[in-house]
Amino acid sequence: MGKTLFEKIWNSHVVKELPDGSYLLYIDRHLIHEVTSPQAFEGLRMTNRQVRRTDLTFATMDHNVPTDDQSVIKDAISKAQIEALEKNCHDFGIELYGLNSDRQGIVHVIGPELGITLPGMTMVCGDSHTSTHGAFGTLAFGIGTSEVEHVLATQTLRQMKPKTFKVAFTGELDPFVTSKDMILKLIGIIGTAGGTGYVLEYTGDAVASLSMESRMTICNMSIEAGARAGMIAPDETTFQYIADKKRPFAPTGKDFEKAVAYWETLPSDPDAEFDRTLTIEAGSIAPQVTWGTNPGMVMDVTGSIPAPDDVPGYSQKDVEQALTYMGLEPGTPLTDIPLDTVFLGSCTNARIEDLRRAASMVTGRKKAKDVRVMVVPGSQQVRVQAEAEGLDKVFKDFGAEWRLAGCSMCLGMNPDQLREGERCASTSNRNFEGRQGKGGRTHLVSPEMAAAAAIEGHFVDLRTWENS
Amino acid sequence: MEPFTTFHGLIATLDRANVDTDQIIPKQFLKSIKRTGFGENLFFDWRYLPNNKPNPDFELNQPRFDGASILVTRNNFGCGSSREHAVWALKQYGFKVIIAPWQERDGSHVPAFADIFRNNSVKNGLLTIELSPDEVEEIFEMVGRFPGLEGTVNLEEQRFVLHLDEEIAFHFDIDAGVKEHLQRGLDDISLTLEHEDDITTFEKSRNFIAVPE
Repeated sequence: MGKTLFEKIWNSHVVKELPDGSYLLYIDRHLIHEVTSPQAFEGLRMTNRQVRRTDLTFATMDHNVPTDDQSVIKDAISKAQIEALEKNCHDFGIELYGLNSDRQGIVHVIGPELGITLPGMTMVCGDSHTSTHGAFGTLAFGIGTSEVEHVLATQTLRQMKPKTFKVAFTGELDPFVTSKDMILKLIGIIGTAGGTGYVLEYTGDAVASLSMESRMTICNMSIEAGARAGMIAPDETTFQYIADKKRPFAPTGKDFEKAVAYWETLPSDPDAEFDRTLTIEAGSIAPQVTWGTNPGMVMDVTGSIPAPDDVPGYSQKDVEQALTYMGLEPGTPLTDIPLDTVFLGSCTNARIEDLRRAASMVTGRKKAKDVRVMVVPGSQQVRVQAEAEGLDKVFKDFGAEWRLAGCSMCLGMNPDQLREGERCASTSNRNFEGRQGKGGRTHLVSPEMAAAAAIEGHFVDLRTWENS
Repeated sequence: MEPFTTFHGLIATLDRANVDTDQIIPKQFLKSIKRTGFGENLFFDWRYLPNNKPNPDFELNQPRFDGASILVTRNNFGCGSSREHAVWALKQYGFKVIIAPWQERDGSHVPAFADIFRNNSVKNGLLTIELSPDEVEEIFEMVGRFPGLEGTVNLEEQRFVLHLDEEIAFHFDIDAGVKEHLQRGLDDISLTLEHEDDITTFEKSRNFIAVPE
């Protein structure tokens, strides 16, 4: 019987099968950031252990960093955490892309951008959105701080073998529908725990025709379906992205040719079997908007806020709590809800292509009067590229704030936060209570939907919107 | 880590599904570089009013749950962010055991706990027990009817017992590896380093795509 993409990578990384039924898995790339690593380094110090493979470990700072002025960090506790990462990287000999580095940025944006992320590898980071890197045909998943310490010390992890789940998107997407809508649609169908225990593999024509940036958006939100990892088979699109000359850690010349020959063996075999499969007709997907307090509470933009007893997979109490928090009444059309803020950013949707697509929609226009619009590029490289293309000017002329790179209002660990009761159209990944600021209300959407919402002050159906 | 064998304590209920780690420990507390000090901020946004006084409407603030160490809650507990701070907060608050139900959705079995949260729990000696939806419903009902209800977990026997006049016992499944890990309070890194030769051999044999810089 054939093997899946996941099985091929898993099998080639098993150092040893352990007596308790778990596996010792070798880790090819370890990304670290300031929030989930300090206690891991403290553990190493307490036990006099070293970092086993500093050459496979890369650090940046993203969660905590200000996006207006990075020369001063006013919050003393944030500053201490950033300084701790600097000291830890210095003491243990790890390469750090800090605040004055032109390689700094959201960890899941810089990995692919620098060529650290490559097909066929295992990759981990103390962050659940590590699933992003699966877009390259990489087995990539988030881990906790104890596991970060384990990888630093041993370059391995002890893991149970997950099950496999194939999600096929057949046919063609509507031109106004994006990969963000594909993943939100999937989460709406299987729920936020539907992928728990599985590694997802996204296949089908609608996936194969996506750019790397769009593939990363899908894989990024695998964790929002409960799956630690989501993957897409590497193909010509993947190889071309990696071959870009600006990726310092990607192989070149003969090494690249050898690598491609190996990467071409990775896609799932035609007769490979998955533990679960699901097929979604891509052409049937409408632009998606979340209405509740988790990403599974999502619907087509043409919908209205549901009645509490009418949402499959959720109890009446769950929905009542969500609607109370969101300040929404059943029966209200999604397109009638007024917005206060639009956030374009995060590891889900802050790559150059996302910014280009949003910019093309707002060029020559003005934002709705009372809406605050924030654009936060995913990395310094994305920012520099965008500025070279004049996108910063487009956004500023539109009335948006143009920021420096970081996680920003996706989780509001830095000063970029919603105020109590503020309602935000966000291109990020989580609409949990308080996620973007205590009392803040988040609606997750694609960059195009966010841009249109910034123009109108409310959501629109891009497919019928007069300005499309 | 302390070995986990049997445990006896007061049961508290939290009647919410899909409790994410942002709720368990909000982001402003992730700036700490220490492993301690999280317990007082567990469920911060639900637990405290804007004036920092305890919110009387939040379930765990009820006096009858004072000193609770077994938490019974709903499906998909611990979803979202990978922050281990969530587990540290639960443990430092005093919880040793979390019980939640699996779910049936479109004919599939949906686990009670999110993957990363469950892994993090094991590393910290926090036992997660998955029961059927009916069993968890029964525990909710009993805790509602009998204030002060206590329970005992016997990990070896994989049993959870409610201490009523007539005891009610529940059997739970657990991975053999997880069970052993908790019972012996093992340090993973030491265990893995026993295989250091295997790791070195693997590294040498592996067709690595080298990092060019």
